[in-house]
This record gives sequence, C-alpha cells and structure tokens, in this order.
Amino acid sequence: MKKLYKDPVNLIVSGVGGQGNVIVSLVLGNALVAGGYFITIGETYGASQRGGSVMSHVKISAEKQFSPLIAEGQADIIVGMEPVETLRMLKQFGNMKVITIVNPRPIHAVDLIGSGAGAYPDVQKLLQQVKSLSAKTYLVHATDEAQKMGNAMLANMILIGALLKTGLLPLDAPALEPVIREMFPGSVADNARALKAGMELVSVLT
Amino acid sequence: MAKIDINAAGQSHLLIGNEAIARGALEAGIGFASAYPGTPSSEIIGSLAEVAKKQNIYVEWSVNEAVALEAAAAASYAGLRSLAAMKMNGLNVASDFLATIALSGIGKKGLVLMVGDDPAAHSSSNEEDSRAVSKWLDIPMVEPGDFQEAKDMMKWLFELSEEIGSICILRSVTRVAHARGNVRLGELPVTQHRARFDNILDPRNTMPTSIMTLPAPLRHAFQHMKLDKARARFEESSFNRYAGPEKADLLVITCGSGWLYAQDAVNALKLESRVGILKLGTIWPLPESLVKKCLARADKVLFLEEIDPFLEGAIMEYASSLSLESRKNIFYGKHTRHVNAFGELTPDAVIKAIAGVLDIKYEARDAEYAKKVGAVPQDHVMERMLTFCPGCPHRASYWAIKNALMMDGRGGFVTGDIGCYSMALGPAGFFMNRTHQCMGAGSGLANGFGQLWRFGFDQPVIAVSGDSTFYHSIMPALVNGVHNRANFVLVIFDNSATAMTGFQPHPGTELTAMGEPAHLINMEAICRAIGARVEVCDPFDLESTTATLLDLLEQDKGARVAIMRRTCELVRGKTEKQPYKVKLDPGKCLGDSCGCNRLCSRVFRCPALVWDPVSGKTRIDEVICSGCGVCSDVCPVGAISREEALSA
Repeated sequence: MKKLYKDPVNLIVSGVGGQGNVIVSLVLGNALVAGGYFITIGETYGASQRGGSVMSHVKISAEKQFSPLIAEGQADIIVGMEPVETLRMLKQFGNMKVITIVNPRPIHAVDLIGSGAGAYPDVQKLLQQVKSLSAKTYLVHATDEAQKMGNAMLANMILIGALLKTGLLPLDAPALEPVIREMFPGSVADNARALKAGMELVSVLT
Repeated sequence: MAKIDINAAGQSHLLIGNEAIARGALEAGIGFASAYPGTPSSEIIGSLAEVAKKQNIYVEWSVNEAVALEAAAAASYAGLRSLAAMKMNGLNVASDFLATIALSGIGKKGLVLMVGDDPAAHSSSNEEDSRAVSKWLDIPMVEPGDFQEAKDMMKWLFELSEEIGSICILRSVTRVAHARGNVRLGELPVTQHRARFDNILDPRNTMPTSIMTLPAPLRHAFQHMKLDKARARFEESSFNRYAGPEKADLLVITCGSGWLYAQDAVNALKLESRVGILKLGTIWPLPESLVKKCLARADKVLFLEEIDPFLEGAIMEYASSLSLESRKNIFYGKHTRHVNAFGELTPDAVIKAIAGVLDIKYEARDAEYAKKVGAVPQDHVMERMLTFCPGCPHRASYWAIKNALMMDGRGGFVTGDIGCYSMALGPAGFFMNRTHQCMGAGSGLANGFGQLWRFGFDQPVIAVSGDSTFYHSIMPALVNGVHNRANFVLVIFDNSATAMTGFQPHPGTELTAMGEPAHLINMEAICRAIGARVEVCDPFDLESTTATLLDLLEQDKGARVAIMRRTCELVRGKTEKQPYKVKLDPGKCLGDSCGCNRLCSRVFRCPALVWDPVSGKTRIDEVICSGCGVCSDVCPVGAISREEALSA
C-alpha cells in the first residue's frame, strides 16, 4: 500500500445536481478500498437530481475510518465539475495548501432574475478567483471533451483522469480498470477512453 | 448499488450504511423484510430486494409502514427472522402497532425494526428523534456509530430480540445510513426457512398461557423485565466503548454519527491526552453501571448527539439518583447551548462545542486566507434554488394548475403533500403549494376546507398527491371527501414510480420489489368506485390539461379527481431516447422587447432554458435539455420548436 502524502487526504467533489457527482466519489472510493485504504464518503442530499449545489466529501486514510464530513478550511483537494461550485467549495473548505482541479463549463442557475441574483459570473474572473484561493490549479475542459466523445456524462471520468495525472492519490489507470468494468459494464471502452483523455488534457492554470 | 450478498467473508467493501445494515440482516439469516420507502432508509429493502430470489428470502415494498411492520411481525410469529424498515415519519404511521407489539411479544424468531432519522431534514418535512420511542414504548434500541457497526449490530440485534422475546429497534441517522465507508464482510449463513404458526407456549415468556391473553398491565410489567435483560446485555456490549485517558479533563458522551465527529475534533484540537470519549452503541435502556464508571473519569461531561438531548436527559436523570459524593459532574450539551437541539451535528459544531467547554481557541484557517475568501464578490457564488429536473412532468402539471386557478379567478389554492412535488412550495412549482406537512395531509386539509362553504368560504381547493402517496394515505381522505360531500379537486401526479426515494414500485405499478408480476391496482377505478368524477390528463398537453382542470374546478361540488399521467423523466430517460430535438430560433425570440417578461427562463424555469445577457435572448443548454418540448407551448411567439428526434 502506497503512503499517502498526508493522512487523511480530504477530497471534495463539487458540482450541480444531475452532473454525476456521486459517481466520481464512488469510482475513487471503490478503487481505494480495493487498494486497502479506509474511505469515508459523505454527500449533500435532496438536491441530487434537481439543479442544486451538490458535493461529496471523501476522506482517504491508511489508518482508520474518519467522519463523513470535512470541517471548514480542511480540504486538501477540490475536484470542481462546475466553476461557481468550485469557488463555493474553496470559500468554505479552502486553505493555503489546497489543490484544485476545475472543469470550466458553467451550468446556469434557474432563477437568476427571480432571486435578483444577476447573471452568471464571467468564467475567466471565476477561474482567477479559484486560482488565487488555491496553491495550485489544474484546468480540464471535461464537458467540452465529453460532448466531442458523444456523451456529456463522460466528463466525470475525464475529471477522474485529470485527478490521477496530478499524482496526488495512490491510484493509476490500471487500478481503476476493474472498478470501471464493475460499475459501467455497458460502456467500459468509452470510460477508459475518457479516463485517458483526462490524463492527457489536464494542464496547470497559469 | 453494491451487491450485498457477495460471499467473501473477511473482504472489505465500500458500502453505504444502509447496505451494511442489509448485509447484517442477511448475515443474521433473515427470511422476511418489508418497508415503505423513505429517505434515509430506502436502500435497505432496495438492496435486499435485489438479492432476494438468490438468497431465498421474501422482500416487499408494502403500501405503508404500518402494513410493513405488521407483515414482518407475522413472519416472526411463523418462525422467520424478519425486518421492517422505515424513516422516522413512517414510525409515526406504524406506531400504533408498535406500541401494542411491544407488549404482546414476538414469535419464536427475532423481529427488528430499523428506523432512519434525518437530522437537518435533508429529505424530510420535519426533524424528529426516534430514540424517544424506545423510552416511550419500552423497546430496546441500538444505534451504529460507523459502517462496520451498522452491519454487525443488525446481526447482533436479531440474537437479542430472540433472547428476550421483544421487538428491538436499530436507529440510524442520515450521516451513517447514507454515508459510505469500509465494511468487512462476515459469513452468509445457509438457512432453510420453514414457516408455521403454532399458538404454543413460548418458554421465554414463562407464563402459563400465551402472553397475548394477559391484561395489558401484566404484559407491561413483563416488558419491563425484558428491558432489564436487555440492559444486562448492554452493560457488557462491545458496541459501548470508552477511549481516552484514565482520568480526563472532559468526558464526551456520544452516539451515532457524533462518535466519528468527536474523534476527528479531538484529533484536530490535539486533545487526545485530555479528552475521553464514551461512545454508546446501545441507546435504551441505559447501561447504568458503565455510565456510572465513566462519569467518574472526569468532572466535565459534554453530550454530542443528533437532534434531541436524549442521552443528555437520560444520563442527567440517572446521575441525580447517585449518592451525593459521586454527584460531582458538570454537564454540558444542548441544555447549556454548547450544541444545538435542532439541525444536525457537523465537524465544525463539534469542534466548537469541545473547544468551548475547555475554553480553547481554534481557528479553522489562517487570517490571510480568510481575508482572501472575504474578498470574493458575493455575486460570484450565486445561490442555486432547487427545481424540478429538466423534462419533469411536475413542472408542466403545476403550469396547468397555475393557469387554471388564475383563469378560475376565485383565489383558489393548493394543499401540498410529500414528494418531489413538495418543491411547489417554492419557485419550482410557481409557489402553488400553500401547505406542507406529512403524507396524506393535503387531502385531509382539503376535506376541511371543502366543508367551509357554509361559513362563506368560496375559494376552490386543489389537493395534490403522488401516485405512491395515493395508495399510502390518500385513499381514506378521498372516501371521507366523497362520503361527506366535501368540495375539492384531488390532483394525482401519476409518474409510475416512488420517484423521490429512488423509483421503487408501488401498488399502481406492474412489478413487485422482487421483480415479479404484481396485480396492478388501478387508481382511476378506485376513485370511480368511491364515487368521484375522474379525469385523466397528459400534463405535457398544457392546453387540454388546463381546460380539464378548469372544468373540474367549475363543477364546484363534491370531491373530484384529476390524474396527471406522465412517467418520471429519470425513469423514462433510462430506457428511451429523447422524444424531441428542441430548438430556439434566435431570429424569432424577441428578448426583453417581447413583453413576455422572459416567461420561459424566468417563470417556467426549466434548467435547460438559459437567459443569455450578451445576445439578450434565451438559449437552450443542450447538455441539460431532455427533449420534452413543453417549453415550445410556453413561448408566446413560437420561437421554440420541437422536432421528432430521429430514432437512433
């Protein structure tokens, strides 16, 4: 079992209901438990299919079972499936050392005018804020690439590929193979392709 | 969903708490399990149903929680270990039977009730602490503190239930039931179930006749003896444990999800040498000797538990019975406001409570970073209101309800019920629902409003119901309404699934929980047999649905029924391609000069309709659009078109 760069590693996956947030944490969790680690995953509820902000908290430890929620300011890695949601997580859970991976494709909120909240913020400004609140920021155009591949849901696996490439977790593509086969028996090849694409496309945001 | 019947003892798997509970029931060799779905309890029966045939057990989704518990009790009487599962509101529905079976005793084999509580009401209309029922109805109760315990406790509880001859309850909260963690699997027994009900003397009851024939006060006394037996087991249970220094500055007493938070907090505050944690896995009756021993470890005691101060009250009450010289503790918790008696425990709240009692300073992060966070403009992280999914029939149904009530013009309103459509309290359903309580409440309220014409009440009332809710608790209200001639319209949203809790089948669907053919109970035939006028509409046909609803409202006599029938989009989308390719012609969309006041994106509010401030027009986000095409009937200038999607 490889040593973790810290114990526990606190990872957050954030996005909007319907994006497949739970899938990302489940793929990572299953692979890590198979590798002998203790994993605890906590999630937001109620909003899961309905356009609300959603997040999964994943704690990874070589030693023990931790609680299912991460305390304020204690995230080590944030995987953001959507730019506003990435910034929302940084505001609550970020710190000087947090490393962020962001998919810059916006998902608009439904009640912009109804709530008087104004339009969707400028994506470049959002990314600059994300960068200023992260020790290091990785960018991956996961949704755009997934659409090119013919299925927007593959963005999840592209993001996982990007995360693997950072080397922060004790996981590689072969470790995910059996999990992908188990969880997506009908689309093993597509998911393997998306994983590889994520590893290739990820870049450091400068 | 993870396969819970993997025959691999010793292997660790990532399971949600509910799957661990289901696995524990399988390891206990259950023969029967029944439930009505409710978050956070649904996955127990859901995962058992998946493996039922292979494991040769019977699993059902019952019409409601009372029937579920009664059915499970029958299996216990006939010699099968049996489980009933429900959320805390379901416990209310089943509580009359629960109160009586607590005194009548169970059969030869164990009977366990699993109750899922939802602190913070993530998916509930109330906050309720089911632990109260254990004290109220004299029923032994346990609560797992992590995923491994969720499995192990369930198995152990069946043994206890059989040993003492009482129903026992396993309480779990959302953060255990719905969180995921490691579970090391145990052996799956090979059990040949054989059921037979003989009304013979049960040796555990030590009574000359069947216990059920005794007067209630005697049975009550008998149940207290069973509780004493449970207490003796609890005193030595390994689910109760103390970890920390021999003598501590602070003793934390906790249970359930509070246990992991407390350990994390002690770790974060680096207080391992000063703080001890007593984790109670057995909730009621209190293991008094163990508690007494631990109270001697520290003067200061802090209670960390979800929702109500249950252990806090019980232990303070017990401590007051101790001799004066051993009564030296100062108690902290909800009664001292160190912890809230509402909402859920969080890591931050637990850190704050411990730091507060010990007067320690804790900063979540350094000041420079906090300053940077404070500088992020508020409009960069706008709120996201919950809404119906793209393509959800409820959005269309409520559009028709809104327009029908407006055209009717008498100030009509909707009495709400429990399901995805509860979101019609807010903008998702155009603020149509005006009441929000429990399952069945909307129709009960409509029965009352529907009699007030004699006091000058002249507003039309629409009660709403889901399809599963109709069978669960609406039918008696409709009988009452038709019989007593109450004036209201009952709208049933028939989307062919118990959508909110994960698409479980119900009496109006064609398959049972185990995937076998079911006898479909036809809801329009029931409503007609009761004597109501019944109309069936397709909510995606906005015009005719609105007209039908208006006609029903205008009838204004007796209870009438509109069934709005459309399959839940999440169910349809699993097997079918998009029905339409929906396009918005920017040449036709007039934007803010239209006069429609952005009807599609601002009022109809499908998440796929996005207002583009650059072009000043609406556009469709094709990643989100499900192709229902309803918005093409909402746009007043015909800018949105729907084309039959080519079958792929």
